[in-house]
Amino acid sequence: MSKQTTVDAKERFAPGHRACIGCAEALAVRMVCKVLGDNVIIANATGCMEIVSSQMPFTSWTVPWIHTLFDNTAAVASGIESGLKALTRKGVRDMSGFKVVAMGGDGATLDIGLQALSGAMERGHNMLYICFDNEAYMNTGIQRSSSTPYGAATTTSPAGKASIGQFTWKKNLPAIAAAHDIPYVATACPSYHRDLAMKVKKGMEVKGPAYIQILSPCPTGWRCPTDNAVEVGRAAVQCGMFPLYEVENGKYKINVVPESLKPVAEYLKSQGRFRHLSETDINKIQQKVNQNWGKLKELATN
Amino acid sequence: MTWKDIEIGGIVTEPGSASYLQTGTWRSRCPTYDHSKCIKCAICQTYCPEGCIHQNAEGYYLADLFYCKGCGICAKECPKKVITMIEEKE
Amino acid sequence: MEVSIAVSEAVKLANADVIAAYPITPQTHIVEHLAELVAQGELDAEYVPVESEHSAMSACLGSSAAGARTFTATAGQGLELMHEVVYVASAMRLPIVMAVANRAISSPLSVWGDHSDVMSVRDTGWIQIFVENGQEAVDNTICAFRMAEDARVILPVMVHLDGLHLSHMVEPILLPDQKEVDEFLPQFNYPLPLNPNKPVTMGAFAPPVVFTEAKWAQEMNLEKSKEVILEIWKKFGDKFGRYYNPVECYRCQDCDTLIMTMGSFSETAMMAVDRMRESGQKVGLFRIRLWRPFPYEELRRTVKNAKTIVVLDRAISLGMGGPAASELRNALYPLEKRPKIVGFVGGLGGRDVSPTDFETIIRRGMEIAAGGSNREFEIYGVRE
Repeated sequence: MSKQTTVDAKERFAPGHRACIGCAEALAVRMVCKVLGDNVIIANATGCMEIVSSQMPFTSWTVPWIHTLFDNTAAVASGIESGLKALTRKGVRDMSGFKVVAMGGDGATLDIGLQALSGAMERGHNMLYICFDNEAYMNTGIQRSSSTPYGAATTTSPAGKASIGQFTWKKNLPAIAAAHDIPYVATACPSYHRDLAMKVKKGMEVKGPAYIQILSPCPTGWRCPTDNAVEVGRAAVQCGMFPLYEVENGKYKINVVPESLKPVAEYLKSQGRFRHLSETDINKIQQKVNQNWGKLKELATN
Repeated sequence: MTWKDIEIGGIVTEPGSASYLQTGTWRSRCPTYDHSKCIKCAICQTYCPEGCIHQNAEGYYLADLFYCKGCGICAKECPKKVITMIEEKE
Repeated sequence: MEVSIAVSEAVKLANADVIAAYPITPQTHIVEHLAELVAQGELDAEYVPVESEHSAMSACLGSSAAGARTFTATAGQGLELMHEVVYVASAMRLPIVMAVANRAISSPLSVWGDHSDVMSVRDTGWIQIFVENGQEAVDNTICAFRMAEDARVILPVMVHLDGLHLSHMVEPILLPDQKEVDEFLPQFNYPLPLNPNKPVTMGAFAPPVVFTEAKWAQEMNLEKSKEVILEIWKKFGDKFGRYYNPVECYRCQDCDTLIMTMGSFSETAMMAVDRMRESGQKVGLFRIRLWRPFPYEELRRTVKNAKTIVVLDRAISLGMGGPAASELRNALYPLEKRPKIVGFVGGLGGRDVSPTDFETIIRRGMEIAAGGSNREFEIYGVRE
């Protein structure tokens, strides 16, 4: 008899999808869908997960799902939520037991769809927005986004004689979400599956907007072996590059607190996208990580 | 598929229909098992991006080779080293 | 009452469920009045004050897909901003109704009315209807919901009313009775809404092998919707006493020279036609009301005896000419006997076109038809 799990065994993100070999974003979506259950309506942005799961006339989705464009997921989700509210209130159809969930990649969320997300959070729609963060525009061939970490090589931020790769620091969207005063913000990683499941469940139960950013290691874009995605996700958390925390009604709580942060060098050297970095670059990144970790710990103790 | 077969607005009405696709043909490596070491912790099933690892009649976990893409995450994450990835023999 | 307000009242009569609202001159009064109606409890709808027009139309996609009766309004720049989403609404067959207070497109910035925003969405696959006065605006807003949601159609509908020239006019308008509108507008029943009880996937992508079929399916549906539109207009007329047609004629059966217009300045053109007839010149006017799906048949029938058609476009297709004129030419090209068509562009950016202007345009048009011109199309009223 196998160990009891907290989620059911049904695969809602059906196998047969076209994600790359070893894709941790597909893994994350699969985990999320187990927690979401059947009583959801998903609005999805254009991106890896949308493309691999919905080639006409087939679909990997077993729940109602709508994809329209790249930059409007939060707005579409707002519309669905409003429609459901109206239909329920006017006695047309009781849709009150159903949750609206929006899914988008980092490009769709932090860049082109940021306005829509901000609007949806400000209006207080009862929806859970999940950002699957693989740290670049992966579906179109690995271009940088504002979520790409400093020093990462992508096709639009290549490393070279005159460039370190991405020359800006990763945009802190959880902080932006928290600044909208929404009830729940969290970061998660599929390598910490119980933490992820707990957070998705909380996000579902919250009344109002919830935002979860899930680190989704991409072996193809991060240039690491196909069997590495779960390990590299763990390493990202352990070295402080992607801390796992929650902001519940403005209160910060760090969920995974390593005894001491592992050196970022190990993490960076394990991926081809950082291969070109010098010791100086790595030290610079280490400084920044230490700084950010310090700030986060301060927020969590207040 | 003719234009008349297209559902209104291109809607796909059969949930999960993409499961027809045999992604197992993508593999170049294949998982092999030494179940004598298996403690049935289900970590392999938890971390499979395809969601194609299931329990057999004895309760041991096995990848469904129809879908398994051979990524090797299960082998890497297994705490008891039950799984070994080998080059696919064709 | 002001026409914008009347349009909002029509939306209230139609019992819309969700309104996505973003203000832009000259449609702002529509969304303002709707906000008022919702706030006072007179309209039970979710009022979503979105942060841009792109999000307005996106929210409409979501709410319509969920099966709610959805409305929004926009103009000019707003229509441009939601451009990519407009295509999605029709391709995904989501029966959204949108009032467009036609406004000039920047640059230079102009909040005043012309048809350039209409012309930018010609190809988007929506049903598009022009109205010329407040009564038509109200009637066609109500009809739009019925047309959009008809099981044989299921397409979004745009109701075009001239920004400022029409939207801000105060006119005597008859608002139909709520009970009668309820009889006319059945409950909205989207065939495959987003509902966990019957999961569907909307918006799957189409590789080249299936894209053509998807587009043709959309085209066939839009073309076939014309008969339903005519049917609904007839039903509306039978019930409320006002009938609408894809092409409307004014005194055009017995003359050689016709002028074609769209939108509210058609009523001004009528005055010119009357004056010219009084002074012995036989001219007539026809207007396109059903812009999309394009009324080929009705147009050809209307102009069958004409020798000259003068077109006044309230938009300019830069580098080409008058867009409505070019569509007319396209419709009439296959005819055995082709009338001469002279295209004018005028009334841009809210410039008034008076009855005298119309007379001048018609006369000049007739001269050019007889004597030719060294230009492909004419501009009316530019100071040189």
